[in-house]
Amino acid sequence: MALNIIVCVKSTPSTVNVGVDADGKPKIAGVPVALNPFDEFAVEAAVRLKESVPGSTATALTVGPDAAAEVLREAIARGADGGVHVTGPEFEGGDSYATSLALSAALKKLHAEKPVSLVLFGKNTSDAGAGVVGTQTAAWLDWASVCAVKKLEAVDETSATVLRQMEDGVDTVKLKLPACVSTIKEINEPRLPSLKGKMASKKAVFPKWTASDLGLQPAQTGAAGAGAVVVKAALPPARPAGLKVEGATAAEKAAKLVDILVERKLI
Amino acid sequence: MANGILVVILPSRGTLSPSSYELLGAGKALADALKQPLLAAVVGGNAAALAGDVASRGASKVLAVEHSSLTNFTEESYAKAAAAAVAKADASRVILPSTIAGRSLAARLAVLLKAGLATDVVEILPDGKVRRGYYGGNLIAEVEFKTPVAVLTVAPMTFPRAEAAGAAAPIEAVSFEPGSSVSEFVSFEGETSREIDLGAAEKVVSGGAGLGSAEGFKPLFELAHALGAAVGASRRAVDSGWIPYKHQVGLTGRTVRPKLYVAVGISGQIQHLAGMAASGTIVAINSDKDCPLMQMASIAVQGEYSELLPLITAEIKARKGHAVPA
Ligand SMILES: Cc1cc2nc3c(=O)[nH]c(=O)nc-3n(C[C@H](O)[C@H](O)[C@H](O)COP(=O)(O)OP(=O)(O)OC[C@H]3O[C@@H](n4cnc5c(N)ncnc54)[C@H](O)[C@@H]3O)c2cc1C
Ligand SMILES: Nc1ncnc2c1ncn2[C@@H]1O[C@H](COP(=O)(O)O)[C@@H](O)[C@H]1O
Repeated sequence: MALNIIVCVKSTPSTVNVGVDADGKPKIAGVPVALNPFDEFAVEAAVRLKESVPGSTATALTVGPDAAAEVLREAIARGADGGVHVTGPEFEGGDSYATSLALSAALKKLHAEKPVSLVLFGKNTSDAGAGVVGTQTAAWLDWASVCAVKKLEAVDETSATVLRQMEDGVDTVKLKLPACVSTIKEINEPRLPSLKGKMASKKAVFPKWTASDLGLQPAQTGAAGAGAVVVKAALPPARPAGLKVEGATAAEKAAKLVDILVERKLI
Repeated sequence: MANGILVVILPSRGTLSPSSYELLGAGKALADALKQPLLAAVVGGNAAALAGDVASRGASKVLAVEHSSLTNFTEESYAKAAAAAVAKADASRVILPSTIAGRSLAARLAVLLKAGLATDVVEILPDGKVRRGYYGGNLIAEVEFKTPVAVLTVAPMTFPRAEAAGAAAPIEAVSFEPGSSVSEFVSFEGETSREIDLGAAEKVVSGGAGLGSAEGFKPLFELAHALGAAVGASRRAVDSGWIPYKHQVGLTGRTVRPKLYVAVGISGQIQHLAGMAASGTIVAINSDKDCPLMQMASIAVQGEYSELLPLITAEIKARKGHAVPA
């Protein structure tokens, strides 16, 4: 019962410490890109699952520009078997709505080639940071999905039992496959890329799929297909200057701090 | 043409949390901005019983979508139930909480309703655009919806909680057919300790590498207890194994927005600030007066945490003792 596992990965700026330009656009030109930090956990979960079921494969899938091929290589260096690159200028400027539609179209194509078992996602991206693409992708496909997964308890050919970390405890949920699962950091501790993986990643070539390969119209992709657009970005308002609590002894400082907190009605 | 702002209230394990009323606060702001009526829907296994509590908090009508399949949260059933309420209300905007359930429901609904989606909204502008954090909160994005219908999740601790005031709005039951489902709720295991959840906490006390060990978190927990605060941590403290990951605040942890955030032995690297910089009053307790957190804090206390924390805790307890005579 080999599993066909797909892991969705995004290329994001390697730092979130970015400013804005005069037009209110994030200054990201020249900022190096890397595998979205949370996607490391999704890749590791995919690779562990594949290793636990002989004959299974883990394939990385990304929607992004030419440079995004690097995150497919990173996934291979971390143990994935291959990658698929959905790319083209028509995908630029997409939001979660357009991106999830593109991912769902790619998954439909993969599923037709060979039935997909499970699709793994990271918790959220570091730039947009919405944590919704996994669920939206499942919704387009009418597949089952679950968010905030901290453990894949059991996976067989037709179902997966997973643990979902809620605010007040842990839910156990059973999904019919194929399904989309968004992971959280607690699911594992990712390995570093192996030497063997790095060698394989250098040689890897990826199928490149455009919108027309996926049967998508121009109006459905990228900025044209977005449901919500960022019209401008700004720095958060500056915080007012702070207060330094002085005192000759720790006890004096402690008393002064509590005075201020009481005065501000925080205690 | 859709006309109405629908706030979708999701009970958790059959009860409403007070933060639910923040959704009505956000809904009112959006209803005023777009000059559309405000409606509320309660979706759950016992929605009808809870709808009464919502009815006097500003909505013109309350829809109750109740069904045994909604006793516990699964994405597809809840999405179908919420979509039935949206259709009934003919809503142009749907507002949900930024919880695990609210976020996944919002994602499903956005696709079902062919709607643009903005999560973690912190501000509603007079023209109906919204603001949300971007790049880990280092930037604030202004978002415009391109679709006739839009779905929003609002950040906790951001909008005012609607008070129960005035006459109760009519309550209307909305039926929906769950059909067969591709996911099934199996069981729930609650947290054993009655810790306050970070995301909705009014006060948070966080510890970092400066605490030096798991033992160092003891006086921190005592301070949190005295304040009635949730406990947070920096990644370095979590990675050191002193405290579980669920306490982590920051880019790869939780985002918090309490009225009071106390950071103890945390230097304030950008990835930590990403999770807490929007807090109300920020208190930093640190031996290094020049570290970024001490520089940005509303109140900075320089010193050794092991000396300061027990003194602060004792001081708070003493004052509380005075305020509430036995
Ligand atoms: C992709 C990525 C994601 C990340 N995500 C997160 C995240 O989500 N959350 C997060 O927190 N970090 C995150 N980090 C890590 C972040 O960069 C910092 O390494 C981390 O926040 C540092 O934690 P700290 O402030 O506790 O430790 P340090 O920077 O080591 O600071 C310790 C502080 O304790 C003070 N101190 C020492 N002894 C005492 C004492 N006895 N009394 C009082 N004060 C004392 C020191 O002066 C110092 O300021 C991330 C990093 C990366 C690269
Ligand atoms: N462009 C993309 N290509 C592939 N996967 C993506 C893309 N954008 C988001 N994802 C996946 O969806 C998850 C959630 O993204 P988001 O909803 O943007 O926070 C990420 O962690 C990735 O696993």
